[in-house]
Amino acid sequence: MWAYLGRRLLLTVPVLLGVATLVFALIHFIPGDPARAILGDVASETDIAQLRQQLGLDRPLAAQYVAFLGGLVRADLGTSLRTGTPVAGEILERLPATFELASAAILVALAFAIPLGIVAAVWRGTMVDHTAMTLSLAGVSMPNFWLGPLLAIVFGVELGWLPVSGRGGIDHLVLPAVSLGAALAAVLARMTRASLVDQLREPYTQAARARGVSRTRAVLRHAFRNSLIPLVTLAGLQVGAVLTGAVITETIFAWPGVGRLLVQSIGFRDYPMVQGCILLIAVTYVGVNLVVDLLYVVLDPRIRYQ
Amino acid sequence: MRHAGAFIVGLAVLAAVIGPWLVPFDPSAQELALRLEGPGRLHWLGLDELGRDILARLMSGARVSLFVGVIVVSVSASIGALMGSLAGYYGGIVDEVISRVIDILLAFPGLLLAIALVAVLGPSLINVALALSLIGWVGYARVVRAQVLQAREFEYVAAARAIGAATPRILIRHVLPAALPALTVQATLGMGGAILSEAALSFLGLGVQPPTPSWGAMLNYGRAHVLDAPHLTVFPGLAIALVVLGLNLLGDSLRDKLGGAESG
Repeated sequence: MWAYLGRRLLLTVPVLLGVATLVFALIHFIPGDPARAILGDVASETDIAQLRQQLGLDRPLAAQYVAFLGGLVRADLGTSLRTGTPVAGEILERLPATFELASAAILVALAFAIPLGIVAAVWRGTMVDHTAMTLSLAGVSMPNFWLGPLLAIVFGVELGWLPVSGRGGIDHLVLPAVSLGAALAAVLARMTRASLVDQLREPYTQAARARGVSRTRAVLRHAFRNSLIPLVTLAGLQVGAVLTGAVITETIFAWPGVGRLLVQSIGFRDYPMVQGCILLIAVTYVGVNLVVDLLYVVLDPRIRYQ
Repeated sequence: MRHAGAFIVGLAVLAAVIGPWLVPFDPSAQELALRLEGPGRLHWLGLDELGRDILARLMSGARVSLFVGVIVVSVSASIGALMGSLAGYYGGIVDEVISRVIDILLAFPGLLLAIALVAVLGPSLINVALALSLIGWVGYARVVRAQVLQAREFEYVAAARAIGAATPRILIRHVLPAALPALTVQATLGMGGAILSEAALSFLGLGVQPPTPSWGAMLNYGRAHVLDAPHLTVFPGLAIALVVLGLNLLGDSLRDKLGGAESG
C-alpha cells in the first residue's frame, strides 16, 4: 500500500511541474510584446519598459522560468497589475467563496443524483428508468450559463423567493449551487445507475435476496455500498468541471470567488492575476484527483496489491 | 428515442445551411423602435436589445456553432489519432513522452485552459477553435492509443509487418481502421462538448465578436435584460441545449451500436 501511495505521490510531481510550466508559458503566448498588449497602443515607451521590468520580461527566458518557479515555492504569484497587491493574497481572500459554492454544488448534485440513479437501476428498462435517464441526459446537455439565468428569472424575479446576486446567507447559495450542480447531478445519476445495475447482477446480491433480505435492504445495504467506488472516483474527476463551471456561475450570480476574479482580470488584462487563478484551479484539481486516488485505495483494498 | 439524436442534429444542420434564407430578416438589421419586443406573428421569437430578429440570429448562430464544432472535432481528432497511434504503436519512450503531455493537459479542466489561451491570444472565432483543438486532441489520443495497443497484436498487423509494409502504411491501412468506431463515438460526443465550450467562451465575451451572431454571445447580452425581456435568454439557451442533447443522444446510440469510448 505504501509503495502505491509513494508512487502516486511521485507521479504528481512532474504533472505539477508541467502545470506550472504551462501557466508560466501563458503570458508568452500573447502575440507580439506582452507588455504592449497589456498597456495598449497609447502607452508610452517608458511605461512599457517599466512593465516589462515589473513582469521580468526583460530577463532571459530561463531566468524568468527559474524566478517563476522560485516564486511558486514561496507562494509568491507576483503582483496584480490592476490593484498593485500580491496576487496570492487576493486569491486567498476569494478562495472560501469558491470552495463554499463548489462544495454546495457537489452536495446538491449528490442529493439529486443518488436517488435518481437508484430508482433508475432498481426499475431498469421501465418508464421510470427511461424518464430518469432522459432527464439526466437533458441535464448534461443544458449549459449552466443558461440554467443560471433561467433559475434567476423563475425563483428570483417571478416568485421573488431567492436573491439572485452576491454572497450572504444560505439563501444566496441556493440558486448558484443548483445551477452549478445540475450537470454534475446528471453525470453522477448515470454513473450511479450503471454501477448499481452491475452490482445488482452480482451473485452476492441475489444470495442476499435468497436469504430473505428485503429488496430495499439488498439494494441499499449491499449493492449500493459497493457501487460507491466508481461514484466517488467520478465525483472527484468532475471537480475540474465544477471549478470551471464556477467561473461562469460566479459571473452570472456576482459570487465573489476566484472564478469571477479570473473573468474580471481577463477583462483588465491583469495577466499575473489570470496566471494565479488558473494555477490555483489546476493545482486544486490535481490535488483532488490525488485525494480521490488515495481514497480509492482505502475503499477498495484490492488496489493495494496491484 | 433511438433516432431522436440524428433527427435533432439533422435539423440543426438544416437550420445552419438553409435557415438564413428561410427567415425574411437580416440577422444584423436593426429595428430600434421595436427593440426587446417579445415573440409575435412577424418576429416569431421576438427582437433583441438592438431590435434584431432573434430567429434570424439563431439561424446564423447555428452556422457559427456547427463550424466551430466541425473544425474542433476535425483538428482534434486528426492530432489525437496521430499522437495516439504513435504512442500505441511504438510504445517505449515515444509512448512515455506523449502520455506525460496528455497527463499534464488532463491536469487542467479543459474549458479553463481554453479560457486562459483565448484570454492571452485575444477573443476571436479562430482563437476559440484553436484553443479548443489544442485541448481536445487529448481525449482522442487516449481512445486511439488504447485501440492501437490492441490492434498491433492482431495477426494481420503482424503479417503486414512481416511482408515489409512501411509503418505509416500499417498505421493508416491496418491499425487506424480498428480505432475508427471508437473515434466516431468520441467525435460525436466531442462535437457537443465543442459547441458547449464555444458557447461558454462567447458567453464570457471571449468568443465570437459582435456583430457576428453566436448563441453564447446572445445569452450574454440577454443577461442584462433578464427582467424585462426573458426571451433573449430563453431561445438561444434552448438552441444550445437541444443541439448538444441531440449530439449526446446520437453519440450514445452510436456507442451502443459500434461500442467504444466512454463520454467525457
